[in-house]
Amino acid sequence: MTGPVHFQLTDDQRALRDGTRELLVGRHDRDRLRGRGLPCSWGSPRSWGSPRSWGSPRSNEVESGGEVESGGEVESGGEAESGGGVESSGEVDDPALDRALWRELGDAGFFALRLPEAAGGVGLGLPEAVLVFEEAGRALLPGPLVAGQLLAGVVDGVAAGERIAGLCDAAADPVLWEHPAGCDEVVFLGEGTRGARGRTGEAYRSAAADVTCAPFASVDPLTPLARVTGRSRSTPLALDVPRLRREAALLTAAQQLGSAARTVEMAVAHARRREQFGAPIGSFQAVKHLCAQMLVRAELARSAVYAAAVTDDALDVAGAKLLADEAAVRNARDCVQVHGGMGFTWEADVHLHLKRAWLRAECWGTAREAEEALADALPG
Amino acid sequence: MDLTYTEEEEAFRARLREWLAEVLPKVPPKPAAADWPGRRAYDAAWQRMLYDAGYAGLHWPVDAGGQGATPTQHLIYLEESEKAGAPYVGANFVGLLHAGPTIAAEGSAAQRARWLPPILRGDEIWCQGFSEPDAGSDLASLRTKAVRDGDDYVVSGSKIWTSHAEVADWCELLVRTDPEAPRHRGISWLAMPMDAPGVTVRPLRTLAGSAEFAEVFLDEVRVPAAHRVGAEHDGWRVTMVTLSFERGTAFVGEVVACRRVLGALARTARANGRWDDAVLRRRLGRLHAEFAALWRLTQWNVSEAQSIGGVPGSGGSVFKLRYSHARQELYDAAAEVLGAESLDADREWVADRLSALSYTIAAGTSQIQQNIVAERILGLPKGR
Repeated sequence: MTGPVHFQLTDDQRALRDGTRELLVGRHDRDRLRGRGLPCSWGSPRSWGSPRSWGSPRSNEVESGGEVESGGEVESGGEAESGGGVESSGEVDDPALDRALWRELGDAGFFALRLPEAAGGVGLGLPEAVLVFEEAGRALLPGPLVAGQLLAGVVDGVAAGERIAGLCDAAADPVLWEHPAGCDEVVFLGEGTRGARGRTGEAYRSAAADVTCAPFASVDPLTPLARVTGRSRSTPLALDVPRLRREAALLTAAQQLGSAARTVEMAVAHARRREQFGAPIGSFQAVKHLCAQMLVRAELARSAVYAAAVTDDALDVAGAKLLADEAAVRNARDCVQVHGGMGFTWEADVHLHLKRAWLRAECWGTAREAEEALADALPG
Repeated sequence: MDLTYTEEEEAFRARLREWLAEVLPKVPPKPAAADWPGRRAYDAAWQRMLYDAGYAGLHWPVDAGGQGATPTQHLIYLEESEKAGAPYVGANFVGLLHAGPTIAAEGSAAQRARWLPPILRGDEIWCQGFSEPDAGSDLASLRTKAVRDGDDYVVSGSKIWTSHAEVADWCELLVRTDPEAPRHRGISWLAMPMDAPGVTVRPLRTLAGSAEFAEVFLDEVRVPAAHRVGAEHDGWRVTMVTLSFERGTAFVGEVVACRRVLGALARTARANGRWDDAVLRRRLGRLHAEFAALWRLTQWNVSEAQSIGGVPGSGGSVFKLRYSHARQELYDAAAEVLGAESLDADREWVADRLSALSYTIAAGTSQIQQNIVAERILGLPKGR
């Protein structure tokens, strides 16, 4: 009676997601020992479990029961110093890209994920890339990750993480460049014309030194930005620009999804631990309902993002980006709210999720563009 | 992750489409909303057509007289029926989605043989006697009492929000059989004939103007003890089996319908000039994304139910929270498209705008659903 299961993660996809999470956790711990760089508390991969297994009441009990002990302890690891039980970061004032990390990501196949095995890649598809980027978003992994994924196989050395390329939307105003000091090269996706199915246009490649910029004080402390004012000696690239734009939007949406899911966990962990009026604040309905709506946003975005990864359709991607942007931004804001006064501090990690979510919401398709495209596509 | 259907599922879809195209032209015109006997006859006739064609009780187990279809086939059935404009489940709702599955899961062989076939054939209509004036969200505080007297229970009390009470043959009734026990443990589930002496039905008019549900007063109604499904005092557990059915695929057809309405709103707005308003356009664009995602979430939940082989769990609450809100947003957007035409009660979408208000209340208010999500999925502590 049970037929094939369609729209669920396969065992291989689950393993990929879990493996990515572990890789990022291990990496984070080492960085923390070195006292630099990555600012987020990635937590234990087993501290939360698969969000999709939440659907079954039986596994819920197991997971939430387990979380009290294991997750709670992991989360509260650094609590003694920071007080208040809020996840807090090390320093965030040195956002320079870590080239060793980048090569490690390259070795793990992060960038070459979708290149054919014959070309030294992993030979996986868009859904797998989305799962990996969701984990990157959860972990607040900094760097031009989308560029690395899309330019692997296009710019030499990017797939292996040996060279770092940036990807700029030349149709945007202002044209912003992430991690300008960390990039060896930049690819610009040109203006082109906007049609019902997205923009078409040309691509150019420039050495980082040939791009002129004005300073731009990035709101996200972990993503330095520059305003591109001109470029000399750029080389045209024969690339499928609409496809690159679509995939950039989807992978950005996947990171937003990861961030949205992570801030639900952070809010819930805090609401279970923090006591006022003699009870955990998570026992109060006003707080519960904030958390419940956070989960609803994240799960709706998850369905949209995963489906868009399967269909690879421009309109599905636009809708997924719209909902994932909303989920990431609003969940981060609600997470600040649940954290109360601590949420408003630099010390708590919540603001990093919010600021990155704001930044990503402005990249590769804004709410206005998505809503107009989706309205245009209504039958008429 | 895959969104394609198997050959077998596509074949099922093709057969269903062919059958719908053949029979729908033979369905008589829909009776007026206030014509309850006419509505019952119409809904019953459609159920009989489904029965004769082998589509009745599609998702019911085979040993209960159903077709034992997979959740995905059920999804396809609901999607195609909506797209073809087939009649809704209507008066058969409680029988097919609540009472029937409960009897199938918890009833004795004799009870299954007595009650299930007439539900599948559309011969008998069921209504639901759960809520009471003082037991709504807090259903377990219900007070309608049943006192054992020989082979019967003598039932007194009142029920409310009972849909189709006027035309129903049976009522799935929750009664308190042990007033001393902890409140969840003193409840029993009874099948009560609606024509029993002492049953009085008073229609309730909704804010939409129609009498979609009723109050049911019970004055020393005798119900045979043989009509109790499950053990005495075990009715709460028996009922929870039913409620998880309600939150499963109940809204599939409606999501399909909402997507069609959204297209019609865009056409109307383009024709009447309101499309030039960017705020309205963006609102419709956002709803487009919203309903597309709700459809994907439905597919995800159905796939999950299929993979764990059970009824949907608390994930249904996530869906219902967002869907009920989105449906209200949709019809508010409709009112913006219509402008002052939305004040015409006969205008398309106006009645839907009113009835959409019930979606965040019925089958667990949004506030209760948020408690469920927070406590059962997120593991937040119980409290107030």
